[in-house]
Amino acid sequence: MINHSLKLPISLKVSISIFIVFWLIIAAFPFIWTLWGSFKIEADFFSKADWMNALFAPRTIAEKGGAFTGDGYYGAWVQENFWQAVINTTLVCFFVVGTSLTIGTLGGYALSRSSYKYTFWLLITALIFRAMPPITLVAGYLLPFYEWNLWGHLATTVIVLVAINQPFTLWMLHSFFQKIPKELDESAKVDGCTQFQAFRHVIIPVMWPGVITTGLFSFLLAYNDFAITSMLLSQNNQTMVPKIASFMGTTQTEGNVMFAVAAVVSTTAPLFIMVMFFQRQIVSGLTAGAVKG
Amino acid sequence: MKHKTFFWFFLPTASAMLLFIALPIFSIVIQSLFTPHDAVIIVTENCDPFGCKQETTIDQEATRDLRKSEPLGKFVGLEIYKDRGHLAVNEIKEIWVESNNFAEFRNNIGNLPFYRAMAFTLTFTFTVTPLMLVFGFIIALAVNSLHQNLKGLTIFFSLLPMIVSPLIGSLVLFWMIDSRGIIGEALQYVFEDPDLSLKASTGLTWVMLIVYGVWHAAPFSFVVFYAGLQTLPMDTIESAKIDGASRLQQVWYVVIPHLMPLITFVALMQLMDNFRVFEPIVGFSAEAHAQSLSWFIFNDLGGETRLLSSAATSSVLTIIGVSILLFPVLIRTWRDFNEKSAK
Repeated sequence: MINHSLKLPISLKVSISIFIVFWLIIAAFPFIWTLWGSFKIEADFFSKADWMNALFAPRTIAEKGGAFTGDGYYGAWVQENFWQAVINTTLVCFFVVGTSLTIGTLGGYALSRSSYKYTFWLLITALIFRAMPPITLVAGYLLPFYEWNLWGHLATTVIVLVAINQPFTLWMLHSFFQKIPKELDESAKVDGCTQFQAFRHVIIPVMWPGVITTGLFSFLLAYNDFAITSMLLSQNNQTMVPKIASFMGTTQTEGNVMFAVAAVVSTTAPLFIMVMFFQRQIVSGLTAGAVKG
Repeated sequence: MKHKTFFWFFLPTASAMLLFIALPIFSIVIQSLFTPHDAVIIVTENCDPFGCKQETTIDQEATRDLRKSEPLGKFVGLEIYKDRGHLAVNEIKEIWVESNNFAEFRNNIGNLPFYRAMAFTLTFTFTVTPLMLVFGFIIALAVNSLHQNLKGLTIFFSLLPMIVSPLIGSLVLFWMIDSRGIIGEALQYVFEDPDLSLKASTGLTWVMLIVYGVWHAAPFSFVVFYAGLQTLPMDTIESAKIDGASRLQQVWYVVIPHLMPLITFVALMQLMDNFRVFEPIVGFSAEAHAQSLSWFIFNDLGGETRLLSSAATSSVLTIIGVSILLFPVLIRTWRDFNEKSAK
């Protein structure tokens, strides 16, 4: 395709460049703008008088003595205990990724190595489960969770997120395992390994690329979830996304919308770093399901 | 692999899915047939020298006991499905009788909350999906013609709208289109209307949510189509060129047919995912003008009184909707599987 691009007429080249710049602005500018604005006070970031105030921050300078202020971050992290939500999110993500990869690799491996018809029906069932919007399941959780005092705990939410994540994890790992030649573990079995030993000593060492990609998507699901976490966690156990939503309810009236802005930036930053390091895995994960069909 | 080994390997994931997906689905179907118990009322007769008075009081203790012993409530069959908050069977009959023409009928149905949510959900699903396909395809074509060094950077920035949580993405845009935000003020300037606010009108709110939906979903189709473009058969393109096909014709007759399986895949996945639209409505605080089926459930579940029966009923109806959209995906998977096993 490189040769192809050299032959493009100049007019087409220009319009492509304009379009790309246009798209990049749409995609990235909102985040850059919010990052910049999170260091201003509300009167500047939401200025009725002149949008340029958000750039040059005259009110922030007048009130805080400098063009940048960390007040939003202080308010969110210290006053509103956002650090608690950060810890909760870390715990939830860690355990969701760990658990769903452990049980997902076992299941996905079994699906890829069994030649019976029922593996197909299990995959179809997983696909049906994958299509269910998580919020529709919540009404089914609440009654037993109240009855048995399971509601509000991080552990409950972790298990629910793991389960909701399983269909996707299974499909993805199943397709990765199918790329690993069957002869590899067959020969280990011929040498006297049990199926589990073959999995443990032969498959685990070579499966990491697929597992890392799947793990990234499990992480994203747990990190970004709102429907489940906002419904199943008590006030103290809230993770970052529902916490931000609760800021919108309480702080908007107090004029502290900047807390929410700072919290949003704090939540987005780790994702930026993740995309920077794992861009290739994310792209391969997104296309894995599609290209294979 | 032997059945027994398979069973043990598959047991953990199967039990997780059974307990927390299959069972809840079963449970909401049951819950949607029950409604909370009415309060137990006792009628006591107080007699004094001037006559007798009947007094009705709520027997708190008995009510609590009854609700505790049968937490599901009392069986009402399909009553909740038919009530005003859901399918509104009686109201529809009335509207049908009273309306003079179809337009009036449609307008009146729009006042029923469930149908309003349905209308928005379907509009969102069927506008965002084609728009994100087209937009993602154009981005993929453009990025593909870029210089190698620029591609990585472009893909990095393109992934951002998709990777952030929908709630956060919508909040970021919401603050910009606020009437005091940068886009909001720009629009006021362009349309020379200082009072213009996207939040105030139903139509503009819908447009705003759809624009958000495309912004959020386009990176997905872009990445998938971009990967597909890497496997483009160059000799077919070459021969098309020799035959005198213009660039547009090459795209139309070679590139698009080559990407067709991917286009179907993305379209089917997106139809299902857009049908569950929910976070943007919370993020944009748009519930006054646009409600989706998922938001409807969320609203029933939240707040002081958790309306579990009502939420369960909406959930069942939503699942029925998703199942209809899921059907082509299942047929496609079935066909693929048969093709593979036939080989």
